[in-house]
Amino acid sequence: MMLLAFLGQATQARASWWMPPNASLHGTALDHQLIINLWILFGLFMLAHILLFAGILLQARQQPQPLAHSRWRFELAPLAAIAILFFSLAIWSAHLWASQRYTGTDPAAMQVEVVGMQFAWYFRYPGADAAFGITRPTLISAAEGNPLGIDTADERGRDDFVRSQLVLPAGREVNLRLRALDVIHGFAIPAMRVKQNAIPGQTFNIHFTPTVPGDYSILCTQVCGLGHAHMQAVVRILPSADFAVWLKQQKAPPAEGQP
Amino acid sequence: MTPPSPLTSRRAAKPPGRSSSTANPAPAWRRPLAWTDHHYLALGYLGLSFIAVAVGTLLSLAMRIHRVWPTGSLLGASVSPEQYLALVTMHGTLMIFFVLTVAPQSGFANLVLPGQLGSKDMALPLVNATGFWITALALMIMLAAFFVPAGAPIGGWSAYPPLSAMPAAGPGQGSGMDLWLASLAIFCIGSTLGAVNTVVTVARCRCPGLTYGRLPLTVWSWLTAALLTILVFSVLFAAIILLSCDRHLGTAFFVPSTQWVNGVVTHRSGDGSPLLWLHLFWFFGHPEVYIAVLPGMGLVSMLLGNFTRRRIPGYRMMIATTMLIGGLGILVWGHHMFVAGLNPFAGTAFELTTMAIALPSAAKVLNWLVILWRSRPRFDTPMLWALGFVSVFVCGGLSGPILAQPALDAYLHNTFFVVAHFHLIMAMAAIFGIFAGIAYWFPLITGRALHERLGKIHFWWTLFFAYSTFLPMHLTGLAGEPRHYAQLDGIAGTAGALVRSTLPLERHITVSAILLGLGQLLWIVNVLHSWTRGTPASGNPWNATTIEWAPETPAGCTLVCEHEPCHYEQISASPITGDAKPHPQWAFEVSAE
Repeated sequence: MMLLAFLGQATQARASWWMPPNASLHGTALDHQLIINLWILFGLFMLAHILLFAGILLQARQQPQPLAHSRWRFELAPLAAIAILFFSLAIWSAHLWASQRYTGTDPAAMQVEVVGMQFAWYFRYPGADAAFGITRPTLISAAEGNPLGIDTADERGRDDFVRSQLVLPAGREVNLRLRALDVIHGFAIPAMRVKQNAIPGQTFNIHFTPTVPGDYSILCTQVCGLGHAHMQAVVRILPSADFAVWLKQQKAPPAEGQP
Repeated sequence: MTPPSPLTSRRAAKPPGRSSSTANPAPAWRRPLAWTDHHYLALGYLGLSFIAVAVGTLLSLAMRIHRVWPTGSLLGASVSPEQYLALVTMHGTLMIFFVLTVAPQSGFANLVLPGQLGSKDMALPLVNATGFWITALALMIMLAAFFVPAGAPIGGWSAYPPLSAMPAAGPGQGSGMDLWLASLAIFCIGSTLGAVNTVVTVARCRCPGLTYGRLPLTVWSWLTAALLTILVFSVLFAAIILLSCDRHLGTAFFVPSTQWVNGVVTHRSGDGSPLLWLHLFWFFGHPEVYIAVLPGMGLVSMLLGNFTRRRIPGYRMMIATTMLIGGLGILVWGHHMFVAGLNPFAGTAFELTTMAIALPSAAKVLNWLVILWRSRPRFDTPMLWALGFVSVFVCGGLSGPILAQPALDAYLHNTFFVVAHFHLIMAMAAIFGIFAGIAYWFPLITGRALHERLGKIHFWWTLFFAYSTFLPMHLTGLAGEPRHYAQLDGIAGTAGALVRSTLPLERHITVSAILLGLGQLLWIVNVLHSWTRGTPASGNPWNATTIEWAPETPAGCTLVCEHEPCHYEQISASPITGDAKPHPQWAFEVSAE
């Protein structure tokens, strides 16, 4: 009966069998690398199974140990080939990793702070001065429109504004400054091919360039408590002209009520 | 699975002693201090694992059903999000510690290690028995976590702080988490005692002629896993102590000086980092994977040699790869932390060590394929499990090089792609190794064979539904589905749509998992039936060459080892029709006296 219930529901959801379309600049090369890897390793999987089945099903040789005399050919040479293959994949992909993570962001990049807390993401924009003000945990009060505890005594913080939706321009690099207030959260935008944990007490920076306007999901990917499955947000990528309009509309507090 | 009479009756006919001292014909359980007898401890360990695997499997099925039917209720009780996370945490903990560590390492080593060494007993019986009872206590404490207020912990088996350090961070993180930590601290002590016993036994209790180069690969695996156990469980033990101090003594090893949890601000002296826990935990956690799977790899090598009636080519290289896997295993922990705050340069370094560990594993697979090439082996049930092990090990292992690349892991980390990877390589492969071991050594335990046809049906059923359950998880993982989500349906917005899109495959996975679980009833029926009513097995039913199958040592003789295992001589022109003659490792020499 349960089986029927599952099958009944199966038609309602739109099925997904593959990665969501990439919407970031670096994602194209990453997708390419991933697909090449999947094909190569699927090929090795098939090859191993063909050899396994052939080995046990083909007629046995007269000698009890048909391959023992030439282990070099059948064991060490393939092993060397696998070593070369795996390290080639590793080095190729290390270049991708280096281009994303070894270097800091472009100085002209858009700066946004991402703060995870049980069970929401907040996004702080630095305002016109392009600098983030000091925050104090004792000042945190979502009810008063200050969910991150921005200290207005710090001048840099007075024009900071906080949103619960991440809005970014297309075609401009963005640097996300990741923090967490309470426990570890995992910040992930599958469509941007971006993932980084946010850890209390530390700040991490990731940078990427969104390319395709649209709304994309932000997920928490590190179990963070009972509401983990509901800790999501949306990143809205706007064409740069629209983003300029949006930015002009934003003003410092109140932080709530705006997308 | 209480120790029944067949064990003792078999022992009466064929006592465990390999030396000339056959003067003690009393059944093992009637001798004084029989509770230190390694046979009983082996059955005890396997019994603990059976309890843990039964509970762990039921938890996983409850999880699977809840994922696709979040509004449904099981036995009249609906599952809340925190209960779902408690199911995940306890499933992982029970399976990894109490099944995959206990059964292949403590269970099988106690069962046959002395036999394979030609020794009467383990080296340190009292340490051995103490280790067992400590492990049993740990299991009881772990299961007790379900029954405290707010229930079992919810932070996953890796228990990242501050979630695990702050009782206020969630339900289950209070007394449930304390019990979890206490249980694992005790478990660390128990497994270390067991591992010390294993190492000393291998070092001191080998029969004459059994050099290190002639040890069966199972023994090499147990030795390597035991050395890893001593090394890494001590690190886990220390980490647990530090985390307990953070929880109860106000220290700050794993939490920063200022914490904001649920609106409450707390200050501590000192400024710790959750990353320290990640480093300590994964320094333990990754070698733990090899502790779980190495005994299976050793057993598979021996079974392939046994059932193809062939020598294992490159025996010394197989020993070397076992040691290499163990050695490299302690250098790869950072690949769990590529996007968890690890320095990006360290990410590249751990990428290279992780790729390096793929090579000894690949060498083992190539070796297995070479043994099997044009072999027409005998397809007895233990051999089927060994072949199944090769298949799922290859399948799960090959996604390793993908996840080893930080750039790709930055997309795949903590998705179901990872869940598929580790369930195939360590859960399924290690479980296949356990099934292989039980089928293979069942005659040694009970004097009877498992029912072959039932065993074969169980094997094919398990293989099919294991793939049917875990292969589609690669696809939901590629779609971006994260782990630890209590709910896939009913989430608003674009994120909800992304998560919901995996539901059709999720339903397929759940149905497969239920059928996979149901299939295991076949095995339980088989064991229960064969234990008492199975076909009596001959002394060496598989034509094995390792010493645990040696007949009783004749009076006045000493058992000696003559060569490596898996030496066979073809006695028929056609190896298909005729069987080969085993040249066992053992021989009996008349004692000098």
